[in-house]
Amino acid sequence: MTKPGQAKDFLSQMILIREFETIAEGLTLRGKVPGGMHNSSGQEAVAVGVMTALKVEDAIASTHRSHHHSIARGMSTKSMMAELFTKSTGCSRGRGGSMHLVDLSKNYFGGNGIVGAGVSIAMGLALGIHILKKNAIAVGFMGDGAINTGRTWESINMAVIWNLPLLIVIDNNQYAVETFMDRVTGGKDFVARAKSFGMSAEVVDGQNVEEVFEATARARARILAGEGPQLINAVTYRYFGHNVGEVGKYRTQEEISDWKSNKDPIDNWISNLLAKNLITHDEISELRASAKSEIEKAVEFAEASPFPDPNTVADDVDSGSLLRQL
Amino acid sequence: MTVVTYSEAWRSGLREEMNKDASIFVMGTDLQERGGHFSQVKGLAEEFGPERIRDTPISESAMVAAGVGSAMLGARPIIDLNFMDFAYGAMDEIINQAAKIRYMFGADLPLIIRATAGIALFGPQHNNSFESLFAAIPGLSVAVPYRPYDVKGLLKTSLRGSDPVIFIMHKKLTGAKGEIAGEDVFIPFGKARIAAEGSDVLIVTYGYSVEVASKAAEMMKTEGVSVEVMDLRTVYPIDYEMVLQRVQEIGRVIVADEAPLFGSITGEIASTISEKLHSSLKAPVLRIGAKRVPIGANPQLVSASIPNVEDYQAAIRKVLTF
Repeated sequence: MTKPGQAKDFLSQMILIREFETIAEGLTLRGKVPGGMHNSSGQEAVAVGVMTALKVEDAIASTHRSHHHSIARGMSTKSMMAELFTKSTGCSRGRGGSMHLVDLSKNYFGGNGIVGAGVSIAMGLALGIHILKKNAIAVGFMGDGAINTGRTWESINMAVIWNLPLLIVIDNNQYAVETFMDRVTGGKDFVARAKSFGMSAEVVDGQNVEEVFEATARARARILAGEGPQLINAVTYRYFGHNVGEVGKYRTQEEISDWKSNKDPIDNWISNLLAKNLITHDEISELRASAKSEIEKAVEFAEASPFPDPNTVADDVDSGSLLRQL
Repeated sequence: MTVVTYSEAWRSGLREEMNKDASIFVMGTDLQERGGHFSQVKGLAEEFGPERIRDTPISESAMVAAGVGSAMLGARPIIDLNFMDFAYGAMDEIINQAAKIRYMFGADLPLIIRATAGIALFGPQHNNSFESLFAAIPGLSVAVPYRPYDVKGLLKTSLRGSDPVIFIMHKKLTGAKGEIAGEDVFIPFGKARIAAEGSDVLIVTYGYSVEVASKAAEMMKTEGVSVEVMDLRTVYPIDYEMVLQRVQEIGRVIVADEAPLFGSITGEIASTISEKLHSSLKAPVLRIGAKRVPIGANPQLVSASIPNVEDYQAAIRKVLTF
């Protein structure tokens, strides 16, 4: 069972993510975020549950919708917000933007703009862990949309035949942009597909942070025990459009309201904690105020930061290492 | 100096570096039993074991992704695709991932993708010269060695570097023999060499075309024409310092390869020479290349598609008429 301190930590992280996304959404609509962003509101429990169960040595690759993963991994919200603004102080120096948040010091190998690419790279991270004999696992996030790209299955097959230390987490918000997954997925069952490749897989309630945490901890232990790669299909829901400002008619208002009112990961976790007397209303208010203050500081930092110097545009295309006479 | 084949030169450089660095490993299809489709790793599975000479399923996309991920973590993977024609199933991993990781994330990416390419026989899908495709991608460096010596030296440099390399070996050179250097010789990228010295006409080329150009140069001696042949060794980066210097001195230049002329490396080099050295040129820059056609199975169709030594001679005579 989750310890009381951890229970509160789950909440504070989910609140911080929601606050980040809420403020970032508004800033994007005001033109502060070139290109837009992918809001993860509604999916907080998946990120927080998974990341809390991981160790700092574990290596992670993520998706195009990865603000929640990044915050839950402990990234600085200042460097994240500055990256959304494409400032030189951003985690990718203004080169990556919202889809490529990264923190190598935390073994967080970045978001990815191409569906399925992150999970394939995570398989490579797992191979690297194996080759370099590290005591860690690799975690690849994918959206539900990546269930139908070939590289996902090439990578799962490779992870299975090589028994790689890989955990795949489907951050399954059920819609690939505006396409409901059941419409485009043969067999409709992600877990059954993974199992048919010889991969252990289970479905969890992605709105229940504790359930996600426990499933991840179990999967990590199995991987380190040599039981092979694991997959978790965490079913969740995205409150906003695919990109900022998109409304769309592909889901009903009733469906969205139902998820927000009855299945919200933050509200449900608060109810749970209050019922068990693990938190007070005052403490919740403090967490919200603290999150608001942190994100406001992140915005101030981003606003005050300089844009990248155009004279540096050609830096770091490559390192020049191949030109050296050894 | 030791004399070995082009394929053996790869193996020699690889073995030396694998002995020094336990993070180097190779993955690809048919490496362990077969030793690769060109015997390029024959015997190495016995020597280094199946972990480091790693047989993969036929999953090019996952192979390259495995290379990207493991390289970011600090390993030194070589993805051996055997034939470059199989790279097209992994183009996202090559173009969008491997090539851009450093720019986006600031991470080292010591990844080598090795394959054979160039025109031989066996139909349209096993005969391509698309090196310009890779050279055009910011972030990638592209080796196109002609001699065993350069295969080994460029490989050794690639294995000490921290950037992604597309290593293209020409199929027709597989069994060609030549000298290789010892353990301590490294050839940097972006350094061309003079394959044959001359003073009337310069041919700038690379890969198997160095052989055709050298033959043409030899034949032109009977006509009293002195032809210099420059072997670029890498097509990204290109040794423009040497190219421009020799063009300035010789004044007549032909840029040659066996890729379709449209969108080719030769077009890139010719336009750069024209921009920078217009007033030093005694003649327009000429180009030799293939027709813009897939390569047919029939040998006569192949010959009709790509330039031969007579085409080189004709171009040399033509550039001398100005």
